[in-house]
Amino acid sequence: MHGFRRRRGLLVANFEALEAGLIADLVDQVRTMLSHRRAEAPDDPLTDLTGIQTAPSTPPEDPAIARLLPDFHRDDEQLSSGLRVLHEPDLIAAKDQAAVALLDSLPLGGGTVKLSEEVAQQWLSAINDVRLALGVRLDIREDDGEPDLDRPEMEGVGSQMFQAYGWLSAIQDSLVNALMD
Amino acid sequence: MTSAPATETAESADVDVAADPPWVTVVWNDPVNLMSYVTYVFIKLLGHSKTQAEKLMYDVHHKGRAAVSNGSREQMEVDVAKLQGAGLWATLQKDS
Repeated sequence: MHGFRRRRGLLVANFEALEAGLIADLVDQVRTMLSHRRAEAPDDPLTDLTGIQTAPSTPPEDPAIARLLPDFHRDDEQLSSGLRVLHEPDLIAAKDQAAVALLDSLPLGGGTVKLSEEVAQQWLSAINDVRLALGVRLDIREDDGEPDLDRPEMEGVGSQMFQAYGWLSAIQDSLVNALMD
Repeated sequence: MTSAPATETAESADVDVAADPPWVTVVWNDPVNLMSYVTYVFIKLLGHSKTQAEKLMYDVHHKGRAAVSNGSREQMEVDVAKLQGAGLWATLQKDS
């Protein structure tokens, strides 16, 4: 994996089987987290009639999911609740769509990935969601901060997780730069 | 675009004509989002020029936050949803 390059209008990179497997696994984990959140939605009979999905009015308890679905207002809880009920279902759907677009265009056995600009943007969102979730799990609090990887909550996989995080950062950065070329 | 009123009109400017103050979308600094990515998102999702997007990105980075768009509350809801969809830490608030 040497990062994305623009070639004949497409965004191109090569992934080894192990690398592709790692990305797919992490993206899938975020999808699962979001689907659990979606399942917390209230059982509203109006939904059956109108087809309009609503979300819980309170933020997710898991801080990683909460980071993916922040409040709409910093201080006004009531406003945040109302807007969460209204907008969260679409946000989850958009994030899921980006994850699926990535998984559909990633050869699981490894190989060359060739993305249109549109799919490349979906990749950026999906990879970013994984990085945000990892950032919470790793407890990254400061810009360029080195988290404590030996905390007991890391269960011995801290340095592996941090390595994956850094690797995804490099992939994302290369894809952004190729897109802005 | 208009210019600021001259000082002699200051008295009348005290009258509160802005009964419905516009809202802003604010992006907050966070330690995970890449500077390159945040710039790209401002260009793609908000339609800012590269220069403007970079300025706003550096504001977020150095000052901890930046107002990246303004308009009605409904418009800001759309912008916040778009930015949160891309993973930025965005909120809306009344412009003060």
